Amino acid sequence: MDALAIARWQFGITTVYHFLFVPLTIGLSFLTAGLQTAWLRTGKERYLRATKFWGRLFLINFALGVATGIVQEFQFGMAWSEYSRFVGDVFGAPLAIEGLLAFFLESTFLGLWIFGWDRLPRRIHLACIWIVGIGTTLSAYFILAANAWMQHPVGFVLDPVTHTARLTSIWAVLTNSTALVAFAHTIAAAFLTAGMLMVAVAAWHLRRDQHADTMRPSLRVGLWTSLAACALAALTGDIDGKIMTEQQPMKMAAAEALYHSAQPASFSLFTIGSLNGQSEVWSLRLPGLLSFLATGSFHGQVQGIDNVQAAEVAKYGPGTYTPVIPVTYWSFRLMIGFGLLAALVALAGLWLTRRGRTPAPTRRWFYRAAVWSLLLAPIASSFGWIFTEMGRQPWSVFGVLATRQSVSPTVGAGTVLTSLIVLTLLYAALAVIEVGLMTRTARHGPDDPPGPADPAEPEAEPQLGFAY
Amino acid sequence: MSLQNLWFTLIAVLWCGYFLLEGFDFGVGVLLHLVGRDEAERGLMLRAIGPVWDGNEVWLLVAGGATFAAFPQWYATLFSGFYLALLLILVALIVRVLAIEYRNKEADPLWRRRWDLAHTASAAVPALLWGVAFGNIVRGVPIDAAHNYTGSFFTLLNPYALLGGLTTLSVFTLHGAVFLALKTDGELRDRARKAVLLLGPAAAVFAVVFLSWTQIHQGTAATGVTAVLAALFVLGGLYATWKDRDGWAFVGTGAAIVAATATLFIALHPDVMPSSTSAAFSLTVANASSSHYTLTVMSWVALAFTPLVLLYQGWTYWVFRARITGRDALPPRPAGSPATEPLRPAA
Repeated sequence: MDALAIARWQFGITTVYHFLFVPLTIGLSFLTAGLQTAWLRTGKERYLRATKFWGRLFLINFALGVATGIVQEFQFGMAWSEYSRFVGDVFGAPLAIEGLLAFFLESTFLGLWIFGWDRLPRRIHLACIWIVGIGTTLSAYFILAANAWMQHPVGFVLDPVTHTARLTSIWAVLTNSTALVAFAHTIAAAFLTAGMLMVAVAAWHLRRDQHADTMRPSLRVGLWTSLAACALAALTGDIDGKIMTEQQPMKMAAAEALYHSAQPASFSLFTIGSLNGQSEVWSLRLPGLLSFLATGSFHGQVQGIDNVQAAEVAKYGPGTYTPVIPVTYWSFRLMIGFGLLAALVALAGLWLTRRGRTPAPTRRWFYRAAVWSLLLAPIASSFGWIFTEMGRQPWSVFGVLATRQSVSPTVGAGTVLTSLIVLTLLYAALAVIEVGLMTRTARHGPDDPPGPADPAEPEAEPQLGFAY
Repeated sequence: MSLQNLWFTLIAVLWCGYFLLEGFDFGVGVLLHLVGRDEAERGLMLRAIGPVWDGNEVWLLVAGGATFAAFPQWYATLFSGFYLALLLILVALIVRVLAIEYRNKEADPLWRRRWDLAHTASAAVPALLWGVAFGNIVRGVPIDAAHNYTGSFFTLLNPYALLGGLTTLSVFTLHGAVFLALKTDGELRDRARKAVLLLGPAAAVFAVVFLSWTQIHQGTAATGVTAVLAALFVLGGLYATWKDRDGWAFVGTGAAIVAATATLFIALHPDVMPSSTSAAFSLTVANASSSHYTLTVMSWVALAFTPLVLLYQGWTYWVFRARITGRDALPPRPAGSPATEPLRPAA
């Protein structure tokens, strides 16, 4: 393998891994803030215990998000120096702004929240966790603006002297349609991830008939959050599909492995056979659906891979402008499929817990499904990123810079392989530690309510065990 | 001042801030087993940096992001050129985050002992390697006409840069000891003070030799002033510790770090990464920077938000200004409790 292939694997692995933690951080920061607000407004002690319990899980997850985030900022320069030279004038700004506006905010106020329980007035302490949530959201916005510029570059010119991209409008970059819709879609995914975690952990306790006073409300919050998030994800995903069809027609064609333009175009739920456009053995198709996803009309025309390829050759010169079709085809389906599955779980859960009901512990199938549904959102998000990044290939900046021209020219394959192996092994070890710690903390559950003989005021307790 | 020079200065300020703040975090990590005798004491030491370390580390991320935005050529050459060294730093920074954040999430003494060992190692590595990296940046490394680094990992391990590494390692450790003396009390503070007085002379010698070497090589009148100031600040800090003035001692080592970092950046200017192959290939403030428009945008953003960041970060230090005392200690693990039980607030 050459340095380019290894560098791509490294970027893929480290980015998908980083994004396992990011959505949970964003979603759980707001859910924790919501619970703490409920405690402050109602004075009910169980909301305080719920806040601390979900806060503990939030912090374990947050740490790994921070730790793996540093790699993201460094590896553009390390492994993709030509990319960095080419795009720095445009792409660097949102990254720097993310650091100044978002990273400082979330890290500083998280420190205040963790250690401030008995040092800050209650309202200010509550404001801290809300500010953490706002910080994580700002961070998502700026990094998605940077990524959206790679999908749909706007607000720049090619400098004739330096042959690099030169920013002409920061406003265009920050209000890129691709950025706005990706932001809404990603935030929806974040809330789905956090909602499903709540559902899974709460279901685990309720099945064992324990901590019902905190876990039943948590279950309902998680279910409603998940359902709303699924609706938002579907809506924004739909808008994203139409924008994508306009801006990156190849990606939509590759999502369906549609080789020849079709009107109307059907959507295949799955296909048996090869996806090279020749030998389709069998596929289950929904007529007109791809037309609807791409154009908003069941009769719209969708461009095929071969047609887009010919158009791009005419535009950019000879070359292959087609991504790896089986990857785009399946990742697109799996993203949507796992998202829909999450919506089903949420609907079923809301039905079974309607009007104060709690499913009996004997309803094993429900509890088992609820616990495993924890995995649905991370799987859907991962496939979403694999789809959108792999679907952009062979470009790193669509229509402007090819991925093969982006890699560091003087960093050898051996060097990149070293970092790929080191980071992958380290990440694997951290995953084992993290999953273990999360599981033990989740199973341990919230603290027991203070007994009648123990009238200790909650805020007077030392909070060390909570955090450090 | 041109926008390019303004951004060179701002990046220097970000590195000064990073070393000033994260420097004592690294120092506390290095001293974890030297000043802390047992698990409880190490817990108190962690408590001293607990609320602030993450905010301190963001200075690095912003320095990196600002370099990418304001000097893309510098960012690209530096990060691809120092690839393996930065990989070591990355691994250490990742491990350190978890050593700090996960250590007290389990009551198991073995779990804690392992994280504490990982913490010390992962604090020492970047404390050493940042000095090595800056030694190489200032001294110059082989860079070709296309602005690509042509040396290897071992090119970076030259005597001047290694001395730079020993300087940052010893000065950060000293700064950490001073911070601990300021933030703790009782026996822990006594031991931290002893560490200051033992480490101080060694750190001062490394710093004086390294800065003198820099001065001889590429010094100006201005670097002469900042280098002498750095040395005086270290000595002032030691004197203040001797006189039991912990606050002034911290001001002393902090100011020394800022003055020493400033010395390096002033020596560097107007280059940002000199080429040892040919001066014609050097990256400079002029040829490595972003466009005027990008720098203008970034300047407005920095102007609007930096004061706010300084304000709330400063407020955090004010909120957590109290000394950490034995009362803040973790509750002892109840005998017979399962080793994997997460710690709970003591009632």
